[in-house]
Amino acid sequence: MRSSVLIAALALGLVWQLASWAVHRPILPPPLVVLQVFAVEIVGDLGLDFLASLGRVVTSMALAVVTAVPAGLALGQMPALNRVFSPVIYILYPIPKVVLVPVILLFLGISDLAKVVIIFLILFFQILVLVRDQAAGLRPELVASVRSLGAGRRALFRFVYYPASLPAILTALRQSIGTAVAVLYVAELFATQRGLGYYIYLHGSTLFDYPRMYAGVLAMSLLGLGLYFGVDGLQRRLCPWQFAR
Amino acid sequence: MIEIDGLTFRYPDGTAVFDGFSWRVAAGEAWAVLGPSGCGKTTLLYLLAGLRAASGGSLRLAGEPVVRPRPRTGLILQDFGLLPWATVQDNVALGLRIRGFYGPDGKHAPAGEAVTATRQITLAWIDRLGLAPLARSFPSQISGGQRQRTAIARTLALDPDLLLMDEPFAALDAPTREDLQNLTLRLRAERGLNTLVVTHTIEEAALLGEQVLVLGRLPNRAPRIVPNPGAGVPEFRGTPAYVRACTRLRQELEAAR
Repeated sequence: MRSSVLIAALALGLVWQLASWAVHRPILPPPLVVLQVFAVEIVGDLGLDFLASLGRVVTSMALAVVTAVPAGLALGQMPALNRVFSPVIYILYPIPKVVLVPVILLFLGISDLAKVVIIFLILFFQILVLVRDQAAGLRPELVASVRSLGAGRRALFRFVYYPASLPAILTALRQSIGTAVAVLYVAELFATQRGLGYYIYLHGSTLFDYPRMYAGVLAMSLLGLGLYFGVDGLQRRLCPWQFAR
Repeated sequence: MIEIDGLTFRYPDGTAVFDGFSWRVAAGEAWAVLGPSGCGKTTLLYLLAGLRAASGGSLRLAGEPVVRPRPRTGLILQDFGLLPWATVQDNVALGLRIRGFYGPDGKHAPAGEAVTATRQITLAWIDRLGLAPLARSFPSQISGGQRQRTAIARTLALDPDLLLMDEPFAALDAPTREDLQNLTLRLRAERGLNTLVVTHTIEEAALLGEQVLVLGRLPNRAPRIVPNPGAGVPEFRGTPAYVRACTRLRQELEAAR
């Protein structure tokens, strides 16, 4: 698995190099040049921007998990509550949250909070819906047999609903990381001086320093990849039964 | 052990399953409940397990009215009873962990019995049921028979005095089913358990029930009871008395339709 990922990365690097030779213009520098710039920049400005972006995504993820999981479990387990909220979620869920960026910036201003809230919204609905469906889909026989062992509501949450929703939480995070990082880029174009979105925009569109711009793109890709693999690893660790053969 | 008086139960759509139904089970008896699908046998089991509430009448276990799952009642279902995310060992330990979670409150766990040796009890039952090599496997990795052994170990680890089983071996192949039927009989004899096995199979009822309750057309009013002396031991299978019991149960089942 790991070696095949490495081979794929090398193959993509090769395609990049070939494209760079073919284009033969400053707007597509070769990968080795970009890697050299990246190595220098990552211990300087780019590193700080990377940390700023990472901090925003991780804060949003934590906030989304802490709020969406209990809400999803409650909705999944209380059909009456779900009947009330289901239509609201049905309407809100498919709205591309990125269109709310200008609105949220208007209300929350140029603060970090605005960027965190935007990513939070994306993750929140994804986790809410998956956890709710997971909790609602638990077999009644399973719940009955655990109740027969003496479990009341609290023990059911501890021994059944919580472990049952773990895969849903991690799957939701994994699925929405791509979107979250994309929206982070958009959010960081506005009114900030820290973050990879700003870094890429500054070097690409203002300073026309293309190797730096590509180093920023590379950092953003690594951010998305790192989060994806991080959650994937967490899922393998916390949910070993999903991978047992 | 079981005292049911004037029990009434209706489905949410109003269909009466039991109407003024009364039935007694004495301590230590082995019963089978036989009937076609939809006759209310699983409902009866869920009522006894405290997982469903009667619409009327009274239902007592060991003198106490059943209002919630009773710590001394064990329940084994056909399938889907094990936590898919827990290993065999963690599944067997589950009941003990739940008792530890609440403490001996008399509601979720027997009063005055703090759980101390979860690991030892768990391992002893895993060993007793021949599951030791599978202790770290997940339910999806083991056979149906092994899953039911896990469910039995989990239930018996809680030291029940009444064991309720809902079609426990219906999904298993014939040799595994016989094997687990024999195991159930041995464990029952060993521990002096009350057992109540719900089944739609005549042969299983004839083997496991010293008495057989036959349910049929709704609503069930008076219990139809077939005494089946000699049952409750593996050797009963195939004897002339066993064959006669099967014939008799078949007739009762026809008559109950």
